[in-house]
Amino acid sequence: MAKSYEEINAKIKAGKAVILTAEEVSRMAEEASPAEIAKKVDVVTTATFGAMCSSGCFINFGHPSPPIRMESISLNGVSVFGGVAAVDGYIGATEVSPEDPKYGGAHVIEALIRGEELLLKAYGKGTDCYPRREVATWVSKATVNEITMVNPRNAYQNYPAATNSTERQLHTYMGSLLPRRGNVNYSTSGELSPLINDPYLRTVGLGTRVFLAGAQGFVSWRGTQFNTTKPRAPNGVPEGNAATLMLTGDLKEMSADFLRAAYFERYGVSLYLGIGIPIPVLDEDMARCVSIRNRDIPVLVCDYGAEGHPAIARTNYEELRSGRVELDGRSVRTAPLSSLSKAREIASLLKAQVASGAFPLGPPAQALPADSTVRGLEIKGRAR
Amino acid sequence: MKEKYVLEYSSAMVDEPVIYTLVKRFDIKVNILRAEISSGQEGSMLVELEGDRAKLDEGRGYLASLSVTLLPISNSLRVREDACIHCGSCTGVCFSGCLTMGAPDWLLAVDRDKCIACGLCVKACPLGLIGLKFGE
Repeated sequence: MAKSYEEINAKIKAGKAVILTAEEVSRMAEEASPAEIAKKVDVVTTATFGAMCSSGCFINFGHPSPPIRMESISLNGVSVFGGVAAVDGYIGATEVSPEDPKYGGAHVIEALIRGEELLLKAYGKGTDCYPRREVATWVSKATVNEITMVNPRNAYQNYPAATNSTERQLHTYMGSLLPRRGNVNYSTSGELSPLINDPYLRTVGLGTRVFLAGAQGFVSWRGTQFNTTKPRAPNGVPEGNAATLMLTGDLKEMSADFLRAAYFERYGVSLYLGIGIPIPVLDEDMARCVSIRNRDIPVLVCDYGAEGHPAIARTNYEELRSGRVELDGRSVRTAPLSSLSKAREIASLLKAQVASGAFPLGPPAQALPADSTVRGLEIKGRAR
Repeated sequence: MKEKYVLEYSSAMVDEPVIYTLVKRFDIKVNILRAEISSGQEGSMLVELEGDRAKLDEGRGYLASLSVTLLPISNSLRVREDACIHCGSCTGVCFSGCLTMGAPDWLLAVDRDKCIACGLCVKACPLGLIGLKFGE
């Protein structure tokens, strides 16, 4: 029997909705069939807390008097993109300070959330509309107009684990990879991960309300490198990094409990970000999707020591979480890179928010693409 | 009893047969886990000392008389656990079993006595929360 969004929201309002985290429903699925789960459960909360480089914020600084057309902008020495209107800028998470390669856009974003004052420097050529040529002042989230987070690519649906077959340690966005396949690092929160619980994106699309670093944000577009062509396991989950989300939210409502600046050795600055998405259990098919267990989620192990990072083994999250996987008959230690304890915290918090009625569910305004692939970049000879 | 220390000694001490004396005079078993001499000729050594309590006390006294600093390994490793997000990155490079994470809670567990001062975790922590006093 199918349930509509209206019916689910009405049950939430009446205090009768059954809301579980994706881990809780996966435990329930050890005993209950999808039909039973569809009947019993209304909403399942999913979450992740991992490094997501493709993140950043638009900031409108407000006009000084006389006004300025900010062309070259920095916050605490980190470059802010100024190629938009006069006092708008975009701070990307991976932008780095020329003076300190371990300090960058993610640190600026975290400092803004914490309410700290940051040094704003901006220059313009001076025009009739905007005569001022420079500013140097202190700003915080309380002084600027908007700080709108717009993340081009978040919440990857599945992601391969990483190892390193070379003779030297590699420093990557998948962490420190020891020589001679000395370790395997993995990301994503497994059965708790948002898009793994809705592999065909039936309930997640444009306009879907999401938990974004403590605030309510929205899916504003498909994420970049959105890929529907990855092979899928029989349960529908892609074997590798497939769908992605562009997420938008108000930074002034976010919390540093769910967003942290990071620096990966000899890789650069990145941003740990907490995301949660409630999935409505509309019917038996969605019940089957949210019932997925760690052992049912395929994960490729890719060799970051070889060109193109080829897959050298297959595993699943149950094996990865056991602490060891087998590679060519050898047992290799595993470690996570995304925080499962933080993801669980978000899933529980989201459960309470949905139950309180503060986080209503709705159908996507438009579905994400069903057919999208990723192109490489062709190098066409000399471009000079 | 067994104790792990980082020994730090000045360039003036490099000629002194410290380990030999600990073994011969105080009957202490010494397991050298890591040793480094820095550019200024000061040395750092991670050792595990095993012996009776009385002998260990005497051995420590001998080292102190030579102005060799003894830093228990548990004081050498600093982890700002209050700021940790429990991502697990450090556990991937910790082979001594000092930094671990797993079911059921997936929170970082730190067993300082197992640290061998390899230093890999310092660079592996994406939040820069780990420090190790060894050498420099």
